[in-house]
Amino acid sequence: MRRGWRWLLPLTAVPVLALLAYGFRVDPREIPSPLVGRPAAAFALTSFDGATVDLAALRGKVVVLNFWASWCRPACYEEAPTLERGWRAYRDRGVVVLGVDIQDHDEAARTFIRDFSLSFANAPDRGGKVSVDYGVYGVPETFFIDREGRIRAKHVGVVTDEIFRATVEPLLR
Amino acid sequence: MIPELGTGALLVALTLALYGAVAAAVGARRGKAALVESAQHAALGVFVLVTACILLLVYAFLTFDFSVRYVATNTNLGTPFYYRITAVWGALEGSIVLWSWMLGLYTLIVVLRHRTSARELYPWVLTVMLSVISFFLLVMTVAAPVFARLSPVPGDGRGLNPLLEDSGMITHPVALYLGFTGFTVPFAFAVAALVTGRIGDFWITTTRRWTILAWYFLSLGLLIGGWWSYHVLGWGGYWAWDPVENAAFMPWLTGTAFLHSVMIQERRRMLRLWNLALVILTFSLTLFGTFLTRSGVIASVHAFTQGAIGVFFLSFLALVVLTALALIAWRWDDLGAQGALDSIVSRESAFLLNNVLLVAAAFTVFFGTVFPLLSEAARGVKVSVGAPFFNQVNVPLFLSLIFLMGVGPLIAWRRASLDNLKRNFVWPVAAGAVAALILRVVGVRPVLAVTALALTVFVAATIAVDLLRATRARRAMGERALAALGGLLLRHNRRYGGFVVHLAVLVVAVGVTGSQAWSVHTETTLQRGEQTELGGYRVRFDGLRESQESNHGKVTGTFTIVGGRGAGEVLEPAKKFYPQEQSPIAYVDYRLGFVDDVYLVLGDFARDGSSATVKFQVNRMVSWIWIGGLILTLGTVLAVLPERRKAA
Repeated sequence: MRRGWRWLLPLTAVPVLALLAYGFRVDPREIPSPLVGRPAAAFALTSFDGATVDLAALRGKVVVLNFWASWCRPACYEEAPTLERGWRAYRDRGVVVLGVDIQDHDEAARTFIRDFSLSFANAPDRGGKVSVDYGVYGVPETFFIDREGRIRAKHVGVVTDEIFRATVEPLLR
Repeated sequence: MIPELGTGALLVALTLALYGAVAAAVGARRGKAALVESAQHAALGVFVLVTACILLLVYAFLTFDFSVRYVATNTNLGTPFYYRITAVWGALEGSIVLWSWMLGLYTLIVVLRHRTSARELYPWVLTVMLSVISFFLLVMTVAAPVFARLSPVPGDGRGLNPLLEDSGMITHPVALYLGFTGFTVPFAFAVAALVTGRIGDFWITTTRRWTILAWYFLSLGLLIGGWWSYHVLGWGGYWAWDPVENAAFMPWLTGTAFLHSVMIQERRRMLRLWNLALVILTFSLTLFGTFLTRSGVIASVHAFTQGAIGVFFLSFLALVVLTALALIAWRWDDLGAQGALDSIVSRESAFLLNNVLLVAAAFTVFFGTVFPLLSEAARGVKVSVGAPFFNQVNVPLFLSLIFLMGVGPLIAWRRASLDNLKRNFVWPVAAGAVAALILRVVGVRPVLAVTALALTVFVAATIAVDLLRATRARRAMGERALAALGGLLLRHNRRYGGFVVHLAVLVVAVGVTGSQAWSVHTETTLQRGEQTELGGYRVRFDGLRESQESNHGKVTGTFTIVGGRGAGEVLEPAKKFYPQEQSPIAYVDYRLGFVDDVYLVLGDFARDGSSATVKFQVNRMVSWIWIGGLILTLGTVLAVLPERRKAA
């Protein structure tokens, strides 16, 4: 090796370090769902208000399907106001927000809904069938379903206003 | 009170460490002994202060001082006494305190041992060690403040991660960190050698024991980690190629390579550059390991939390790697080889091949671990690399390494004659071949298992041949057999310590082979009184029982082994329900045996106790892995004992 060239030696480490630095930008918990692109599994639940929530009846609308639970602190508590805001902002443009409460006590769930003044439909998933159909790992998880009833995106963790808007807007075009 | 005291102590320690690092370097350059001496005092001060921090933390845990956030998040009023102490290093912040403390301890030992013996290198060693400590102290004060206050003070804490309520959690992190931090010493000596230009063999001979000790603790840490995984996690395995395991395994591989390659430099003056590169790589991999486990860059079952800390570790890793490589570039002209390889059939080349294989294994593990990241960066696709990849690539590498383990210690230096080969290897090769034949005849199917076991027999036979020959030589001089053997081990303790360690690795290899090839498992639902059979064991389900422990509820299943080995023994796997956890934690019960482990994990159950699902495994020869750990300890002790050979 000629004298000058040897100083390039330290540079060999740079690509590896750069790759590791890149790691900060990605979230390892973001697991791609095989369900994305597939038709959303049908379900019909009875909401806490006693109304029937049937996914099939929502064909033609964009559905934001959110799995939550009252024991899911702090994530579900953080995103509840976002979902309510999103629902109010987009309901007139054909967006429906739907909450599915899993593995919960009814009373705690009702308190949660009351505390956040949630006005969109929320239903308990008794027996956990719906969350199994959607392959829910943990709460919160949110599925975005297009007008044709296909799952177009899945979000793990807290939905922010930005995520809500950026995911829903393209589905409305 | 404790947060203020602790933070104060940390800040003073950080200042002292930074001062010491600079003072030692300036003292060395200007030839001022007084400055170097003041750096020594700084090192002592750092150690005392970090010790005080640990004691403060222990005190805070024992007195449930929930004004310390770290205490509040890792313990609650129900946490048993014993685990309140291990909780000190149970999470990110505390683990860094323990880490710094060990570094401080090692620095102190370096001061005591090498102050006079390694005059020229010593100040720079001190500079490197204190710089590394400074980094960890900086992390402790800025990125992961262990003494952060929690306000308002909660009435009770969140509690320790239930999986960490295990005796393995005392020894596993301690051993692992002793290993990780231990490699700082040879690294510091290597950097000192580069800085001073004394890149001869001195730094290598001086750090031999340090390297062995660090390697030993790392090995022990890995084995205890395997034991923890085996008896706590409840999947019946001890190794999953999880990123965090890989993080500890990579420095082990390169450290093992280093341990062997230094012998060539000692003996033949070769591989100077290679040895420097290996020790730098090993130390960098220990940092990389901490980076992986603490940055949240790669998902893992037992990664710590994430946050700003990742940026700190990556920056420090970059600093270390770039500085070390720049130093090598600077000394490039002095690093040329002196000796040359005389023949392919020689001990040098066996060691060299061993190095190539070990580094290749480290590289594949590294590649597999960061591949998900690489794939995402390059193509935006998330993939995961699982056990099949690691096994497929590494098993042939490890089998070749086992083979070399038999060849290396016996083959001649420089050039092995046909006579030398015959003398040493005819019997071992025959033994290996016979073993393979017997295994086939007995009906052992898996080719890999037969190969692995035959190789093991081959290596064991080389050790036996060597010992027999040496003992016979001593007996010829009139010693009695046992005395001859004992004298041999003690007098040539370095060589035979190495042999014992090799034996330990063989025992572990047998355990791994056996468990991979012959373990069986099933999952079945049993009604009360019903039996099930697996691998020659019959187990009966006798019912469930509920109980309330200090910090969790517990449902215990009672299973009795009926008939066969262990008949009448009762196993009680359980499910533990911790209020702070969303899902129950399995509590495994097992009956360990020399050949078979009976291993039960409780699954779902009917509330009335009428039926339960149980995961029933018969794991073969797993105990050999743990026994290997014990032998490893013996071998290491033998290898680091002072050499008596010269006195004789």
